[in-house]
Amino acid sequence: MTIAYSTELICFLILSAVIVSGSLAVVLLENIVYSAFLLGGVFMAVAGLYLLLNASFVAAAQILVYVGAVNVLILFAIMLVNKKEKLKPIEGLVTRKLLSGGICGGLLILLLRVSITTKWNLPGPTSIGEEATDRIGEHLFTDYLLPFELASILLLMAMIGAIVLARRDISSTEDEVKNLKNQKSLIEKKIPLLSENSLK
Amino acid sequence: MLENSIGPVPLQAYLIVAAFLFCTGVWGLINSRNAVRVLMSIELMLNAVNINLMSFSSYIDGSIIRGQVFSIFVITVAAAEAAVGLAILLSLYRNRVTIDMESFNLLKW
Repeated sequence: MTIAYSTELICFLILSAVIVSGSLAVVLLENIVYSAFLLGGVFMAVAGLYLLLNASFVAAAQILVYVGAVNVLILFAIMLVNKKEKLKPIEGLVTRKLLSGGICGGLLILLLRVSITTKWNLPGPTSIGEEATDRIGEHLFTDYLLPFELASILLLMAMIGAIVLARRDISSTEDEVKNLKNQKSLIEKKIPLLSENSLK
Repeated sequence: MLENSIGPVPLQAYLIVAAFLFCTGVWGLINSRNAVRVLMSIELMLNAVNINLMSFSSYIDGSIIRGQVFSIFVITVAAAEAAVGLAILLSLYRNRVTIDMESFNLLKW
């Protein structure tokens, strides 16, 4: 058992080091493309933690949804809005960063104190193994049926909403569109968010 | 000494990692000026919540694993949030030609 425990400990240490350093890099790095790829690394490490917690199904869902969908979506958004722009300086930025850093550090200390000093009534980790997937299925179709159906409605609404929001409404005539040299001039026309034409 | 003291990874270790991830996400959410990075910070915070749910599910809930079901719902909501958030970001960029959070102040008083 000792070898199993020490292997678990080593895996946990590596994964948590990846999570901590990766999340700091996501927030602090200047180049946002690096941040996006490191975010994928953090998601993979979190999936590894789920595997350590005997949850193979959720780990697979995490990789599929976060790394496969959300991270790719973020990369696409970065590519679509990738304009090098000089952010104009605002006053008190350093003060704001320090202040919010202090507040977040305080929140961290509070959370650490709560999690360390609380006497958790622990039966200990349960190795449920492959049975977890069956159990999740039973939950989803018995006592969590209503949230499950609501989640499907939420996904449908999100899909339609994303299409409506991200669609480019071209209210100009076809000749105008042909004359436009590139997409830049379409952007500069400043088409409104939801024009009258989009509601027809 | 090490062989006697070693056991399964304690619950507190997972909670500490999740707390750190959450606080990093909060800091990034407040301080990022790039709108895409704000969305990334929200994803970090949701992941921290998920780690907490999963560790409690494994350590306390036994074989009922309600926490895993909850974290699946959180993953679903996070995916929907990312899709809608990035769509809003694209249409904002189309209207304002910037992704600086400081310039999105139309609803400020």
